[in-house]
Amino acid sequence: MSELPNRKLSRRKLIGGAAGAAAVLPLLHEVVPHQVIHDQLAQAAGGGHEHGGAMAGMAHRGTAHSGTLGSVDPAVNGFDPHELLRDFDTGKVSREGGRTVRTFEIVAEDKEIEVAPGVKVAGWAYNGRVPGPTLRATQGELIRVDFVNGSSHPHTMHFHGIHPARMDGVPQTPPGNVEPGGFFTYEFEAEPFGLHLYHCHSVPLADHIAKGLYGAFVIDPKQGRPEADEQVMVMSGFDTNFDRANEFYVVNGVAFAYHDKPIRVKRDELVRIYLVNITEFDPINSFHVHANFFDWYPTGTKLEARDFTDTVILGQGERGILEMRFPYTGKYMFHAHVSEFADLGWMGFFEVVD
Amino acid sequence: MEASGATVERSGRLPAWLVGLLPLVLLGAAIGLFAALGEPGLAERNGIPVERLSVERTVLRPGEIELAVRNDGPDAVAVRQVTVNDAFVAFSQSADEIGRLDGDKIKIDYPWIEGESYAVGLVTATGGTIAHQIDAAAETPEADVGFYGLMALVGLYDGLIPVAIGMLWLPWVRTIDRRWIQFLLALTLGLLAFLGVDALLEGTDIAAGGAQSLGGASLVFLGAGIAYLGLAGIDAWLRGRRTKAGEAGAGPWRLAFLVALGIGLHNLGEGLAIGSAYAVGSLALGAALIVGFALHNTTEGLAIVAPVAEDESSSVRRSLPRLAGLGLIAGAPAILGTWIGASAFNPSLAAILFGLGAGAIAQVIVQIAPSVRDASGRLLHPLAATGVVTGLLLMYATGLLVSL
Repeated sequence: MSELPNRKLSRRKLIGGAAGAAAVLPLLHEVVPHQVIHDQLAQAAGGGHEHGGAMAGMAHRGTAHSGTLGSVDPAVNGFDPHELLRDFDTGKVSREGGRTVRTFEIVAEDKEIEVAPGVKVAGWAYNGRVPGPTLRATQGELIRVDFVNGSSHPHTMHFHGIHPARMDGVPQTPPGNVEPGGFFTYEFEAEPFGLHLYHCHSVPLADHIAKGLYGAFVIDPKQGRPEADEQVMVMSGFDTNFDRANEFYVVNGVAFAYHDKPIRVKRDELVRIYLVNITEFDPINSFHVHANFFDWYPTGTKLEARDFTDTVILGQGERGILEMRFPYTGKYMFHAHVSEFADLGWMGFFEVVD
Repeated sequence: MEASGATVERSGRLPAWLVGLLPLVLLGAAIGLFAALGEPGLAERNGIPVERLSVERTVLRPGEIELAVRNDGPDAVAVRQVTVNDAFVAFSQSADEIGRLDGDKIKIDYPWIEGESYAVGLVTATGGTIAHQIDAAAETPEADVGFYGLMALVGLYDGLIPVAIGMLWLPWVRTIDRRWIQFLLALTLGLLAFLGVDALLEGTDIAAGGAQSLGGASLVFLGAGIAYLGLAGIDAWLRGRRTKAGEAGAGPWRLAFLVALGIGLHNLGEGLAIGSAYAVGSLALGAALIVGFALHNTTEGLAIVAPVAEDESSSVRRSLPRLAGLGLIAGAPAILGTWIGASAFNPSLAAILFGLGAGAIAQVIVQIAPSVRDASGRLLHPLAATGVVTGLLLMYATGLLVSL
């Protein structure tokens, strides 16, 4: 039972949602050949539509439906998981004393997020999106983050990386919390190369993270990485009824975003995924891709792959880089192999085309 | 004299009905003004909206779970997503938003498996969740002719047949000593007291699962009050008619009729409980249950005939139509109860029906009690007390056979 402020949905939007559902269902039919399964089960259960025993339910209905009903309008949220996927913020570049400086502007704000069709929760966001912008720099550059707290609560930005205490973004050491309306510039060197993350570190910590204040932080090695179709996936969850457990599991902010609309990739092209786990309340999350294997670079801090696998498990705050090529066209699922998370939103598809 | 004359004159200016209506008119005007002015000072509620839905009925069909829900809170609730065992599922509903006290049916596509347990979560537009547990999934019987026939049979076994068998004690009770008839009437009091308390407890128990905004457990007491006063009214009316007609010997039959009516209302509730338990698959219809009910309810038949034991004015044979009528009044409602319980169960309705049973029984106890008094006017003389206790124990012991 929830006692959140009630936000009424307009009739127009509900009709839109229904139309979205109508659009999604045929897609699902196409995706999973459940009619065949249905028929086989019916035969196994004694043919026709007779029912009895444990098979009854299975034989009667297709089981292809997964996902939420309806769709989330990116215009309402102000961000689209499909745009976030390949969106890297490289900041404003300048030179100071022969050194490259990258300046980023981040504003924390209170924001209502539609985490699944029709379900809107009060969250906090960096630059109006969850996850926040993927900040990208090259090893050794000087990073400056101009942080404005536009939220009604104190927040910080805590970066994973190597930096002095003053730039650590925790409330317990100076300068501490950035109060509402406050401003602070975090400045540090981009070290070490790899895939990192940033998040708010105000207390209570779990809440400040879970409400949406997190993002990916990529530091490229000086020599760069091979050309690829680069994507960012930030795995997280939303506890919408405050029971300290997630009701929704998402990648890049919205449940089933890549399930309802697959990610298009080219056959044989190198796909590089920057994968970050910032799920609260559950100790681990995972990534599994169907019909393929990938090179796995944990934290991305070494240039040699540590594993060649199709499933990785990540603890809270853990991250790594995946590299793979799809040899066949078609639709291939990827999801958390923590199946519960998959059923609750963390499920998607790659659509491989020529 | 002058003062009273002035009063008459003053009230003569305004008709009495208008004077009586004046406060209501003022109230209406005040409410209208309040609304017209935009509810000054009170438009914004202090605090956050409360989303509450109570699940009144669960229907399981192959591949589908249907929940009949009622908005039990002060604010409208919009169900936006549904989970079953921690997975989002497809569903449909007829209303976008469920208003206060409104109901809706939420139909969920789900390949449930017989005997397994399911946790259904209704996720609202604000991200709140309303949980509903299905302990052991079983297909809800289709409400067709065969089903109603089966339920009628259950009602027959539960109500009508045992009551009718119990009434066959009549020839025997006519042969026994007056003191033992008093004992039997006291025993009847015990039986009825047990049934009355049982109905109250069962009713409040069921009401706890229903929409509290509709009254919850207070519905049981509302039903009890209505039945108690209603029966008292019927009794007074019957007495009046009999007095006018100059009939003297109708007292025992009047009493028997009231007992039958009270037991009938009780059996309505009992049928309801059986029907709803059967519909959700938590009741195994079997020999043990039927035998249990037979023993349990046969004693009810005895309770009906005990008041007419001393009525020597008519032979048992001549009284047969009357007896059959009493048996129907007492037993047939069980059939109606099973139908309602299995096809349209609603905790709030059930609470009222159980209340009706309890109230009717209380009235019947009040009616029978005078017949138990001994020569000196004492109610709970040793024989009567023994009878009441025996009745309570009899009900308790036979009740063990039929716990639902």
